[in-house]
Amino acid sequence: MQAEPIRIEALNYAYGEGELRRPVLRDVALQVGVGEVLLLTGPSGSGKTTLLTLIGALRAMQEGTCTVLGQELFGAPEKARVALRQNIGFIFQNHNLLGALTARQNVAMALEVAPRLSEAERLARAGEMLAAVGLAEHADRLPAKLSGGQRQRVAIARALAGDPGLVLADEPTAALDKVSGAEVAHLLRDLAKSRGVPILMVTHDPRILDIADRVVAMEDGRIVEKM
Amino acid sequence: MNALTENQRTSAGVSAPTPRNKGGVSPLDWFFLPARLAARQLFFERARLFSAIAGVMFAAVLVFMQLGFRAALFDSATRLYAAMQAEIFLMNPLTMASFRPEALPRIRAHQALALPEVAQAVPVYLAQAAWRSPETGAKRAIQLIGFDVEAGAMRFEGLDKISDALRQVDAVGFDVRSRPEFGDVATKLAEGGPFEVQIGNRMMRIVGIVEIGPSFGADGNLVMSEVNFRRVMRARDPANVDLIAIRLLPGADIQAAKERLKALLPGDVLVLTQPELVAHERHYWETATAIGFIFGFGSIMGLIVGMVIVYQILFSDIANHLREYATLKAIGYSNFYLARVVMASALILALLGFVPGFLASIWMYEFVGAATFLPLGMTWDRTITVFLMIFGMCALAGLLAMRKLRDANPADMFS
Repeated sequence: MQAEPIRIEALNYAYGEGELRRPVLRDVALQVGVGEVLLLTGPSGSGKTTLLTLIGALRAMQEGTCTVLGQELFGAPEKARVALRQNIGFIFQNHNLLGALTARQNVAMALEVAPRLSEAERLARAGEMLAAVGLAEHADRLPAKLSGGQRQRVAIARALAGDPGLVLADEPTAALDKVSGAEVAHLLRDLAKSRGVPILMVTHDPRILDIADRVVAMEDGRIVEKM
Repeated sequence: MNALTENQRTSAGVSAPTPRNKGGVSPLDWFFLPARLAARQLFFERARLFSAIAGVMFAAVLVFMQLGFRAALFDSATRLYAAMQAEIFLMNPLTMASFRPEALPRIRAHQALALPEVAQAVPVYLAQAAWRSPETGAKRAIQLIGFDVEAGAMRFEGLDKISDALRQVDAVGFDVRSRPEFGDVATKLAEGGPFEVQIGNRMMRIVGIVEIGPSFGADGNLVMSEVNFRRVMRARDPANVDLIAIRLLPGADIQAAKERLKALLPGDVLVLTQPELVAHERHYWETATAIGFIFGFGSIMGLIVGMVIVYQILFSDIANHLREYATLKAIGYSNFYLARVVMASALILALLGFVPGFLASIWMYEFVGAATFLPLGMTWDRTITVFLMIFGMCALAGLLAMRKLRDANPADMFS
């Protein structure tokens, strides 16, 4: 029996110091199971993005326990957090592709971070990933020459290229129209499911709730509802 | 944790990559991958790349020119001594530089002949006198060099051909590489033969040309026999000379002869070998004047300007790509990796800017050398020195710009 990719207990987090201290996460507990697609919803300021950055090892923990892919993040040094991030696929609201690099080179960047493959293998793998997101013909284009939906699909290919143990996505469809948003969401779900990779996605977008195995709502720093 | 991720990797669906080189990153990849990313980003924005290259090139040319002037100064200042064909020299210990010599007794030359290994001891007279231009009548100071023209103690270019003519009364040889303000003596001589020029208070006859070259201390030179020197410089006591050039017999030990001369002669003379004499003159220009400092300072200013330009380019490059750098951090690139990217950018700029700067400097040396009559020339030593300076300059700019990387906070990527 494999341990959960994400296990969070009694997590508290606050911004600011002293009088200005403003708690954003209060006593959060959350588990994401193997291969599970979990959507995190809630109004702005409910703390869901902060929770995502904590799970992504992009912020230092303050209180509680948060074990991600077997790594306890409370008190984890920067080096351990950087190493953990290499095993997480990130998808952002904006595609955040490198403008100077072609789609294929952008995807290969996810493989260069800890080069286990040769250059030729990396490019071949990047090509496979782009084909999997339906961009085989656009592999050698610069991001500026791609549409918003295509860019986000490149970002999905980049997030999954390194065979991550977990995908974290922050409103990946917010900048897209209805059709391409739904396409991108389903593509991400299908690719992750076929690889057994769990997804934790923050979203406002009610149109894509159908991809979820489970939806969790947050309000005022607490998890209020589990569907 | 390793076991877990390894487990997941194999459980992944299609085409799981086979782990290779698991021990870590190869040294080639360690630098090559960040450098390639740096190159791709630099070459993506051509306009900025060219302005950065122009900045580095500008700094390289500036430093090359400053160091070139500095070296030319020292070379030209010691050119007179370097052209003398003698092994040992006697000089007044108070002489600081050749253009302002202190006298020493002529008798020391005769005393030096007491040593069996001394073949010749040639007194040399140095003085500056006013040259009245044959074209405009304007006066200008010129260096007079008086010596026994037949002793063979000087190897100025062209001296052999005119040494007979220099024996005539009032005959002088003109340094054809003197600054042009002295008039076009060579053409006049070729067209009309020897002609008269007022030097000091006497009309002297130019009978031929030699090649020495101006220095910072003297704009032009005239060579003449001892007797003719006394005719121009009437006030000078011929018993006081400015330098004594000593030629040894072939095969004599120079160092030993120097020691024996020291023991033989009284303390009012300094006994120097030729390299020591050259170094003595050079030392004057390096320390007693601000000129060496000025060119060193100019070089540093050039490097600072270049560094600021490179820093600006790298800094704005990071600032404009902050989201991209933050994304790279989010997907697991370390600060150190991104620091290598910035460093590689700096070094690529150093290389791309240095090469055209080097070529432009070679051209500038010819151009400025022709205009100033200074011996400007490219040397390997200087090429390597300037390259290391430019390299260091760009590296420092890169180190400064790197601080901006701290602003690339991956947590800000989520809104």
